[in-house]
Amino acid sequence: MTAPAAHHPAGPLAPPGGAGGLAEVFRRRYLLRLLLRKELQVRYQGSVVGLAWSYVKPLVRFFMYFFVMGILLGLNRFEDFALHIFAGMVVLHLFTETLGAGTKSIVRNKSLITKVQLPRETFPVSSLLVSAYHVVPQLIVLAVMALVYGWHFDPVGIGAGLLGLVLMGVLALTVALFFGALNVFYRDTQNFVDTISIFITWSVPMIYPLERIYAATERGALPDWGVQLYLCNPLAEAVLLFQRCWWTPAAEDSATAAREQMPSYLFERGFISLGVALVLLYLAQRRFTRLEGSFAERL
Amino acid sequence: MSPSIVVDGVTKEFSIRSTRTLKQRVVKRLRGEEVVHSFRAIEDVSFDVEDGESIALMGLNGSGKSTLLKLISGVMRPDQGRVLTRGRIAGLIGLGAGFHPQLSGRANVYLNGAILGMTEAEINAKFTYIIDFAEVGRFLDTEVGHYSSGMQARLGFAVAIHTDCDIFLIDETLAVGDRPFKRKCLKRINDLRREGRTIFYVSHNTNQVERLCKRALVLEQGKLGFDGPVHDAIRHLHYDEDEDPDAGEV
Repeated sequence: MTAPAAHHPAGPLAPPGGAGGLAEVFRRRYLLRLLLRKELQVRYQGSVVGLAWSYVKPLVRFFMYFFVMGILLGLNRFEDFALHIFAGMVVLHLFTETLGAGTKSIVRNKSLITKVQLPRETFPVSSLLVSAYHVVPQLIVLAVMALVYGWHFDPVGIGAGLLGLVLMGVLALTVALFFGALNVFYRDTQNFVDTISIFITWSVPMIYPLERIYAATERGALPDWGVQLYLCNPLAEAVLLFQRCWWTPAAEDSATAAREQMPSYLFERGFISLGVALVLLYLAQRRFTRLEGSFAERL
Repeated sequence: MSPSIVVDGVTKEFSIRSTRTLKQRVVKRLRGEEVVHSFRAIEDVSFDVEDGESIALMGLNGSGKSTLLKLISGVMRPDQGRVLTRGRIAGLIGLGAGFHPQLSGRANVYLNGAILGMTEAEINAKFTYIIDFAEVGRFLDTEVGHYSSGMQARLGFAVAIHTDCDIFLIDETLAVGDRPFKRKCLKRINDLRREGRTIFYVSHNTNQVERLCKRALVLEQGKLGFDGPVHDAIRHLHYDEDEDPDAGEV
C-alpha cells in the first residue's frame, strides 16, 4: 500500500514520548474524544435504567438533605431552601465526581499505561469531562427549578455562575491529577479521597446558607477569623458564585439577597481563587510529570 | 547515515517493596530486615541504531529485553543515561491495548488506532487495509467480546502493523494466528524494512531473526553482552547447539 520509497524520519533526536503534559492531551484530542465516547458508551451497558443512574444518586441525596436537614432539623427557614441545596449540589458534583473517578483513573487504565506511550494526563482529564458531561442535564433541571422559584435574568449572576463553574473545573482537574498519580504509589489514596469527600459536602454553603456561618460567629460558637477561614476555601467560593447565579436572583428582593447573602468582594475573591487554583494546577501537573516516570513499573 | 535510536549509558533500576502496609513495614524494620531492595533490570547499556537498520534484541528470559523495549518506546524512563529517538515510534507492542469487549470491531479499530497515535484521517485512510488484513470481514460490527481469541489478536495485530512510523518495535508477537497469517505478517514486516524504516525486533526465534536482521544485541542480566552480526549472536547465546524447537516454523 505504501510506496516502497526510501523513508527518512524528520526532526531531531529526542526522548521518546514528546513533551507530555496537558498540552499533549490537547494535541491528541482525537484520542481523548474516543476514550470519552467509550467511557460514556460502556459505563451503563447492560443496565436497564442506564444513564439515569447518574441522576438517581444525586436525586436521592437531594431529598435526603431536603427532608432530614431541611424539614426535620429545621434548616429550611430561609428563602428558596431547595434551590439553594440543588444549585450547590450541581456545581459541587462536578468536583466530587472528578475527584473520585480521577483518583482511580490511572490505576484503572494500567493495562494501557504499562504498554503504550500516550499522555497519561488523558485519563484524569477524561474523568473531568465525563463529570462535566453529566452536569449539563443537571443544569437544565436547575434552570427549570430556578424559573419555578421566580428566577430572573441577571447578567452579573450569569458571570458569577460561569466563573464558579470554571473555578470548580480547574480545582477538580488539579485534585484528579494529583491524587490520580499518588494512587499509583499508595492505594490508600482512594480511601483518603472517599473520606474527604464526605467532609467536602459540609464545607460549602449548600445544605446551610452562608448566613449560618456569620450567625455562629456572632454567637461565639466560631472565632472571628472563622468566617474568613471558611471563605478561603476555594470550593466554598465556587459554590457561592454559583448561588449568586441561581439562588439570589430567585429571591423576592434579589438585590438585597445578593448584597446580604453573599460575602463582600465576591468577584475579587473569585478571581483570586481562580488564580490560586491555576497555580495549584500547574504544581499538580509538575508533580504528575515527576511521578509519571515510575508509573509503568509501579502499576 | 544518522542514528534513529540512541541508547546512551542507560540504567533502569526497579525497587521491590516486599511490604505494602505500614504495619508490615514497621515490623520488618524492627526486625532489621530490608524493606526495599532494588535490582538493575538494565545496567549501563549503550548502542546506536542507524536509520533504516533492522536490529534484533536477544537474550534469555528475564535478561531485560522487555524493559529495554519499554525504555525505547517511552513507556518507561531511564534512571541514568538517556534514550533518544527520531521520528514516530510504533510497533507490535501492546497489541489490542484498550480493546473493549463491548464495542464493535469497527469502534475498536478506531480506538486502538488512536491509542497507538494515529489520527482520524489516518485511520480512515487505512481502515479497509486493516480490516482486510485482520480477516474479520462480516464480524466488523459485532462486539469484540464475541470474537474468538484468534480474531481479537489478528485485529490488534492488523491495527498495529498499519500504524505509520519511522521506528517499528516488535516484541516477539509473531506467534499470532495460523500459518498463513504469520506469513502475511512477516511479509508486511519485510515491506516495512524495505521501505527504510528502522526495525527493532525482540525475539528468541533464531530463524526469524536471521531472516529479518543483520545485526543483533544480546542482553545478559541487564548488561549488553554482545553487539554484532546475527550469526555470532546466536553462537554467543549457544542457541545453535540444541535442536531449535522453532525450526521449520514460519
